[in-house]
Amino acid sequence: MINKVFDSFDEAVADIPDGASIATGCWGVTSLSQNLIAALKRKGVKDLTLIVHNFLPTFLFTEDEVVNLSVLLPQLKKLITAVVGLQVLGAGAFIKEYVDKGLEVEFTSHGTLASRLYAGAAGLGGFYNPVGVGTILEEGKEKRVIDGKEYILEMPIRPDYAFIRGHKVDKLGNLVYWGVYREDHPVMAMAAKVTIAEVDEIVEVGEIDSEHMVTPGIFVDRIVKVPEGGLGSPQRAQELLSKVAQVDIVRQILFK
Amino acid sequence: MKQRLEREVIAMRAAKELKDGDYVNLGIGMPNLCALHIPEGVIFHSENGALGYGPLVMQDMVEKADQHYVDAGGRYFTPAPGMAIFDLVTSFAMIRSGRLITILGGFQISEKGDLANWNTGEDPLGGTIGGGMDLAVGAKRVIVTMEHTTKDGKPKIVKQCTAPLTARECVHLIITDLAVIEVTPEELLLKEVAPGWSAAEVQALTEPRLIVAPDLKEIEL
Repeated sequence: MINKVFDSFDEAVADIPDGASIATGCWGVTSLSQNLIAALKRKGVKDLTLIVHNFLPTFLFTEDEVVNLSVLLPQLKKLITAVVGLQVLGAGAFIKEYVDKGLEVEFTSHGTLASRLYAGAAGLGGFYNPVGVGTILEEGKEKRVIDGKEYILEMPIRPDYAFIRGHKVDKLGNLVYWGVYREDHPVMAMAAKVTIAEVDEIVEVGEIDSEHMVTPGIFVDRIVKVPEGGLGSPQRAQELLSKVAQVDIVRQILFK
Repeated sequence: MKQRLEREVIAMRAAKELKDGDYVNLGIGMPNLCALHIPEGVIFHSENGALGYGPLVMQDMVEKADQHYVDAGGRYFTPAPGMAIFDLVTSFAMIRSGRLITILGGFQISEKGDLANWNTGEDPLGGTIGGGMDLAVGAKRVIVTMEHTTKDGKPKIVKQCTAPLTARECVHLIITDLAVIEVTPEELLLKEVAPGWSAAEVQALTEPRLIVAPDLKEIEL
């Protein structure tokens, strides 16, 4: 059995070159692969393409508390996403200086991005999408009428790397998630050429019930364990919860 | 200044469109207020991968929230018996399958039912397309809740949207602080008005022509 377990996050990202494309999850703090993002920042590679469903500015937490995706901005050449910023957080202002320096932003919808990643995973050449007809999503793309309905030709996405936030993984790489941080991770794990999983727990083969595996080990190449109580751990997330309730802006977003 | 409906009342009116057994996806903002008024047996869908979840965690209970359960807007929710958790590909298969009713917010709606709700047009860099485009195209019924006019009193129901579109010809029902309007391929049908408002007054704040339903009545809860 090959050993997929890496001792450090820096080792797990060591071969990522300039210009790589990376897909990773982002739907709330617990879905972030914070240690992998921090390692990528330390590595300093540039001209990256980041494929992510939501791209938000840092707010509420310091970088010691939560490593947010926006720390990678200086290293990005292109961003493919469905959400940039939020109204209450100044919308797109936080990327302006990077866009002025050449950062390319490709907008898409959540469903379209999930489908493009699935197409990449499944080796498809493209697919016809009914979503986005008549919107900015159709710019520069072929369209076709099928049975009287208009569709846009969307291309697959096959990222070089995927950073996956999993919960428990066995040494074969079979992986389960926790709650909603499953989200975009399963399809990203399948679509990427190299999938790196940041997990809470690594267990022996046989300890995860086959009925419960969500991402089969064939899609998982590298596994690194989050330090107990450390950055990105469930314990750290729970400690930070008390901060969440106290801040006005968060109150606006979460409790309006 | 004539009384317009409060946001909560718009949400309550929208909730009346739902019944036991409906699967509903609520957009962020005003649509989310509907959650408190929805009838028994309606099942909530959250695009980030949860179906049949329980109530949102309120501010004073946040420290007890489980951070692994958030909805598409980042709000903590309570897991419930029978709740399903699934990935995004599965979620968007639900969304595009015509199985969901969606309640969305809106910046503008055109007379043909085009919806613009992801960017007011003022911010060229940011934007929250999110799952709104997929919901607008894929849901079996699209209900939009919004104010009838902008802060400076301009109509939000317009001949042609000037804000970037979410989807074309997708809205079925519009519920505002002044009116309930059904969108059909032929017309915008004014079915209900806020108490104390006349059809003519609502028309004055709406750019395209409204057809007044013969059984026009006041919005009731």
